[in-house]
Amino acid sequence: MRLEHIGLSELSGSLIALEGVEGAAYDETAEITLSNGQRRLGRVILIEGDRVVLQVFEGTQGISLQNARTHFTGEPVRLSLSTEMLGRVFDGTGRPIDGLGELCPEERRNVDGSAIDPVSRHYPRDYIETGISAIDCSMTLIRGQKLPIFSGSGMKHNELAAQIVRQAKLGGSEGNFAIVFAAMGVKNDTADFFRRSFEEAGVLQRVVMFRNLASDPIIERILTPRCALTAAEYLAFDKGYHVLVILTDMTSYCEAVREFSSSKGEIPSRKGFPAYLYSDLASLYERAGMIRGRPGSVTQVPILTMPNDDITHPIPDLTGYITEGQIVLDRDMDQKGLYPPIAILPSLSRLMKDGIGEGFTRADHPALSNQLFASYSKVQDARSLASVIGEDELSDTDRQYLAFGKAFEQQFIRQDAFQRRSMDETLDLGWKLLTLLPKSELDRIDDAVIDAHYVEGAWKSLPGIAP
Amino acid sequence: MSGHIYGINGPVVTVKDAPELAMMDMVNVGELALIGEVVGVEGDTATVQVYEDTSGLTAGEKVVGQGAPMSITLGPGLLDDIFDGIARPLKVVEAESGPFIGRGLAIPTLDPKRLWDTQILVHEGDILQPGDCYAQCQETPLILHRCLVPAGLSGTVSRVRPDGACTVEDVLMELTDERGRTYPLKLSQRWPIRTPRPIAERLPIHRPLITGQRIIDTLFPIGKGGAAAIPGPFGAGKTMTQHQLAKWSDADIIVYLGCGERGNEMTQALEEFSELLDPKSQQPLMCRTILIANTSNMPVAAREASVYTGMTIAEYYRDMGYHVALMADSTSRWAEALREISGRLEEMPAEEGFPAYLASRLAEFYERAGYVRTLEGREGSVTVIGAVSPQGGDFSEPVTQNTKRYVRTFWGLDRALAYGRHFPSINWLTSYSEYIADLKPWYDAHVSPKFMEDRQRIFTLLQEESQLLEIVKLIGADVLPEDQKLTLETARLIRVGFLQQNAYNAIDTYVPLEKQFRMMEVILALYDGSKALLARSIPLSQLRATGIFDRLCKIKYEVPNDSLDRFQGYEQDVAEALRQVDEANR
Repeated sequence: MRLEHIGLSELSGSLIALEGVEGAAYDETAEITLSNGQRRLGRVILIEGDRVVLQVFEGTQGISLQNARTHFTGEPVRLSLSTEMLGRVFDGTGRPIDGLGELCPEERRNVDGSAIDPVSRHYPRDYIETGISAIDCSMTLIRGQKLPIFSGSGMKHNELAAQIVRQAKLGGSEGNFAIVFAAMGVKNDTADFFRRSFEEAGVLQRVVMFRNLASDPIIERILTPRCALTAAEYLAFDKGYHVLVILTDMTSYCEAVREFSSSKGEIPSRKGFPAYLYSDLASLYERAGMIRGRPGSVTQVPILTMPNDDITHPIPDLTGYITEGQIVLDRDMDQKGLYPPIAILPSLSRLMKDGIGEGFTRADHPALSNQLFASYSKVQDARSLASVIGEDELSDTDRQYLAFGKAFEQQFIRQDAFQRRSMDETLDLGWKLLTLLPKSELDRIDDAVIDAHYVEGAWKSLPGIAP
Repeated sequence: MSGHIYGINGPVVTVKDAPELAMMDMVNVGELALIGEVVGVEGDTATVQVYEDTSGLTAGEKVVGQGAPMSITLGPGLLDDIFDGIARPLKVVEAESGPFIGRGLAIPTLDPKRLWDTQILVHEGDILQPGDCYAQCQETPLILHRCLVPAGLSGTVSRVRPDGACTVEDVLMELTDERGRTYPLKLSQRWPIRTPRPIAERLPIHRPLITGQRIIDTLFPIGKGGAAAIPGPFGAGKTMTQHQLAKWSDADIIVYLGCGERGNEMTQALEEFSELLDPKSQQPLMCRTILIANTSNMPVAAREASVYTGMTIAEYYRDMGYHVALMADSTSRWAEALREISGRLEEMPAEEGFPAYLASRLAEFYERAGYVRTLEGREGSVTVIGAVSPQGGDFSEPVTQNTKRYVRTFWGLDRALAYGRHFPSINWLTSYSEYIADLKPWYDAHVSPKFMEDRQRIFTLLQEESQLLEIVKLIGADVLPEDQKLTLETARLIRVGFLQQNAYNAIDTYVPLEKQFRMMEVILALYDGSKALLARSIPLSQLRATGIFDRLCKIKYEVPNDSLDRFQGYEQDVAEALRQVDEANR
């Protein structure tokens, strides 16, 4: 028998409350049927005796205290899963919207997932060659890592993410990689840009797309990344795919969480975000990784736009504390037309130390990338000094740093969106650039390694550098 | 002792009709028997924080009180293993529920079947006091596990079991007190995590915790039994520093607490500590390590409990007479867990939404560190090193500020240093250690009476450099007088050749105090010699041209820790370089 509760006791924002409900479970879903036959989905977020508060995913437009009938389903929010998901498009709550009909599910799983036991994790060590020098050399992406792109409105994060998808050789063997793409509160154009780039890269049949556009209900947006990650975990850990998950835009997601939190009347902490934003984000980002004894992996590249380009804003700040590094884009470089506009110094990959070097990439890789970082950070000092006393007054060493900095940006970081550099090309290029500096300035590299790779004057073979 | 669920709001559950429930009692919530703790009682309503995900609970399900505060089982088997925030062994959790952690798992902390070769140290009729040792077993090749009479128990021994293999649940003997009540004593005992374990007395801090990290041991040392904080923005290397300390510090036992941090980091710690050998004993580091993991996606209430679990375990081993170091990474996540639960309890927020009792909770935690005489009369210590993750890297936020009040060593990590890949990125201008005076006698006696003097000179040079750099920023380095150029050059040598330490270099990852001292001596010898030459108007560039500064930069990689006699070569090089320049100007 189908038990329905007729009418509501309260209605506020996206929340509805019912009284006299027996046996409702925390977190379970409910179907709300309006008198005009419309159906909505809700979830229990508070129980107080026989009073139950539900959040309605599609919003409460058109609901009144009398016209709604609520049926509690007795189960949490679940997603239908099957390998047929590949190539399909879903809405933010996991319902197909590509007109190809319902999925025939092999399984239905709670979208909240559960924590991976640290004992069961396999520590990620295999690098992914993205073909982008700045990333491969200085913040190497590792399979099973969560490496977000910190960007700002109007910068080229979408292009960068698309290039990573296009060029990343996931898994080595063809055929077992998949992409899960979750769009949260993005513009229609952005969603379309990604669809086209997947198509151009010929991977559309390997993409599972979850779409919650800017105009879609915000409560659905809270479910979108959870659906996407549930699909990713299923493909990776049950079906052995190497899955790359792109989540964009995490800022919209966090704002949805804030909006929802304030509608519940919760005590806000920093910038009005709820105190549990860290735990909430962690429950998403921590769903990346590998599991011992299972072939697949979940690699996450979340994209977030830093409000006002501020890296200390709660969203990038909390993200950086959870993720294993970050790729930071720089407004100045972007405005100079430098693509990809990756700010090397604040960017970081925490897992690269165990995935590069001998046996992984090349023995000289760790020292080289360390030296490039250190030298490039001195370029910044030389530049600020030059801006005060003028370039002519600089010491010879400082002038060499300026030349190195310019070449590093123009030859190493700059790269065409369709250009792929192999790891060897990238590292060799790095060595050539280092020859712009005298040997004595290379304090991060052993003499033996310097002797093996440092060829005096090698920079002359680089195009467009005046001595 | 049971009631039923009335309301559910995330990890906070309200319980009706349970007047017997006391504050801080442990309860089992619902059909799944989720573990929780009473955090508030008002009338016949009790508020419970649940240590597991509350999805699927319904109003009306029963809540059963256990009649005791949140406690954990202590005994042999804690070392060389990994536990969650309420001390459930994660390896057994994996065996029970697979790679994804399930709920309502009632798993004992210690393996009830494992046999320990136990030696009984008392005889029938002996009279025991709290803290007396009654049995021992070799827990790992490094650690002898000594079972002590729990606080509050004393009496006469009876029914003693013979030596031999027994489990943690076997009764070894009975203790009969004055009133004739008997208590069974086992290899294991239970202790409430929020209650500090009693000690005989606190002793002054007088020995350093030697970490093998130059900037720490030399510039900002911490004493055994002290408390330190490592605040830093993300990417500055907090976890890396904590890992280095856990690997190399000379504590007998390490309790490593991953509190609200990344799952992969705990996996890495587990792997690395199992492979790496302790430099002294050549045994795997895990033989002296206990890992506690509440990763950021595990339930938030258990995160709040995890720091107490870690502290209780640390105190338990301290009571046996060991020096224990507790690394908590990160205490900010614990503070945020407090804030999150406080918000759910609808308490009045203080600064930045944190509850008003944040400072007192932090104080309670850090004050459990100390160098003590145990009830048994031995010396033991708990050193606490807490990482702090300030929001936006801003040290003025409440957790950093309140932590600063209760720790005496402060290692402030710096984003700018990390961007320049200067690791460990401890900023020597903002960091401090209040233990210098306490530890000076030890350094005088065990390393060299000159150690602290050299330390002060190094420290002063670095401070002078920072003032000079302000000027250099405006006018460039070339116009400075020669002696100031020497200060800059020497400070650069100190920064690159001494303070920077490469955790991935086999030689540099751990440096004994003797080598740290010799390095300072060589650097200062060059500085003094150069200064004398400059006084004769010889330009610094001549000294630079000898390459001696660059040569000293590489000492850290080129002198193995066990052949310090190679320093003589460097001392000769310094003398030779000075002599060359001297002669060229005769």
